[in-house]
Amino acid sequence: MPEPSVPFRILPELSDRNRHFWQGGEQGHLTILRCQECGYYLHPPTPTCPHDQSKDVAPEAVSGRATVASFTINHQAWIPGVEVPYLIAIVEIDEQPELRLTTNLVNCEAEDVHVGMPVQVLFEHHEDANGDVWIPLFEPTGGK
Amino acid sequence: MTLTETPLERNCVVSGIGQSDIGRRLGRDPLGLTLDACYAAIKDAGLRVEDIDGLSTYPGAVGGSPGFSGAGAYEILDAMRLKVGFYDSGVETAGQLGSVMKACMAVAAGLSNHVLCFRSVWEGSAQGTGGRKASGALTQYASGSMEWLLPFGSASAANWIAMFAQAHMHKYGTTPEQLAQIALNSRKNAGLNPNAIYAEPMTMDDYMSARMISTPLRLFDCDAPCDGATAFIISRKELAADLDCTPITIEAMGSANHDRATWDQLRDLSRTIGADAAAQMWSRTDLTPKDVDIAELYDGFSILALLWLEAMQLCEMGESGSFIEGGQRIALDGELPLNTHGGQLSAGRLHGYGFFHEACLQLRGEAGARQVAKQPQVAAVAAGGGVTCGTFLLSTRP
Ligand SMILES: [Zn+2]
Repeated sequence: MPEPSVPFRILPELSDRNRHFWQGGEQGHLTILRCQECGYYLHPPTPTCPHDQSKDVAPEAVSGRATVASFTINHQAWIPGVEVPYLIAIVEIDEQPELRLTTNLVNCEAEDVHVGMPVQVLFEHHEDANGDVWIPLFEPTGGK
Repeated sequence: MTLTETPLERNCVVSGIGQSDIGRRLGRDPLGLTLDACYAAIKDAGLRVEDIDGLSTYPGAVGGSPGFSGAGAYEILDAMRLKVGFYDSGVETAGQLGSVMKACMAVAAGLSNHVLCFRSVWEGSAQGTGGRKASGALTQYASGSMEWLLPFGSASAANWIAMFAQAHMHKYGTTPEQLAQIALNSRKNAGLNPNAIYAEPMTMDDYMSARMISTPLRLFDCDAPCDGATAFIISRKELAADLDCTPITIEAMGSANHDRATWDQLRDLSRTIGADAAAQMWSRTDLTPKDVDIAELYDGFSILALLWLEAMQLCEMGESGSFIEGGQRIALDGELPLNTHGGQLSAGRLHGYGFFHEACLQLRGEAGARQVAKQPQVAAVAAGGGVTCGTFLLSTRP
């Protein structure tokens, strides 16, 4: 199987609620909203912490290390113009159990991917008139 | 368990069921298909149109992928000139059958006596040829729940549910050959269903050699878009006795969800979807999973039917793969016949309502060539997957 291609991107619509996540990559950081009272990471971001109703929430950089929780090799061209196949994964961020992101795995062979595989973040920069976006992708820890 | 109070849904029965023509691409006005099903259900209940005093539907007149909704509540209210004490539609509910639960609640609350429920699709015609596209309309920017999925090309429920399947295989050792039994069983049953979309026989080789959609899901793990409408009448039990109908008892329903309402934050990706709804349902009846004679479990993707077997407590957690190994147990003459009409995989994506319809037909003994020989008395029905799940237990008990 050829190395999975990077899919054509439909970019996220930026807002005050999500800008930290999609633009944190400019500084090289995966950035998640965190409750400043209890330390809980909130994702998807919400203005109030579900544990203590604190509104004192702020973006914080996390390590960018994660573990593959599940994955799939997508072969169907759902989106016109997208090259297939490509690797979609759900990764669990090291900082907090069950804090997960859907992402793409890159710089690895599809047949090497497995649940439990350690991965690290990297970013794909997209210029856009509505604001540049840095898409967080993941690759095997330590590179290829 | 001992029930201290009778659940309110026990005051309701399914007094009538109806279906329109069903086909891969009928090219018909979806409003016409919907009305065919609605009028058929009213007639089947022995009612007149003016007796209908409630309406409940999924999802209503909403956007989304082409053909997802054949008619909205307002369209049907107006087209049939209904006078109702309650009406509702909505897509954010306990699966497609959440609409039937709301009908039961309307009756229990005294707002209606006979509620018309319908689900109508024309995805076959609307999507045309050339393969399925992304869930929802493709936009320039991803927003809402799709914000976290679409930028990564995780564009379809096939991708999201493929990752549940992968997690289940990793955790419990479920095999592709076991998964195949869902598709093979459905195709076998569809061969006896004159309304099925795909009725030609399918072998394990056919299944395995079909193209991959999103690993581990192959083509025949995905349901078949079609055109068609299904309708039910939910009636107040004491009124149904005077009707010329065969009422089916609603033993219990389940709408609970205690998990995260997203596709990728569930507390266990291999966890049996709908387990909260099913547990709630079992808490509302003196029947137990051992009493279930047939199971009609949502198979929008084959893995969902496996997960539902576990969620409905019809097998042990994590053991659905070995439970259906070889397929004998879930066959029409097995100990737990499953998706007796062919499911959505082969009988068409009637979207949840097809399972409820088939359960009623089987309990009434009217399922024709595919009727389970040992007349079923109790049917377990489940619809939905991921964040949207609902369950029913139906019976022939008075
Ligand atoms: Zn907090």
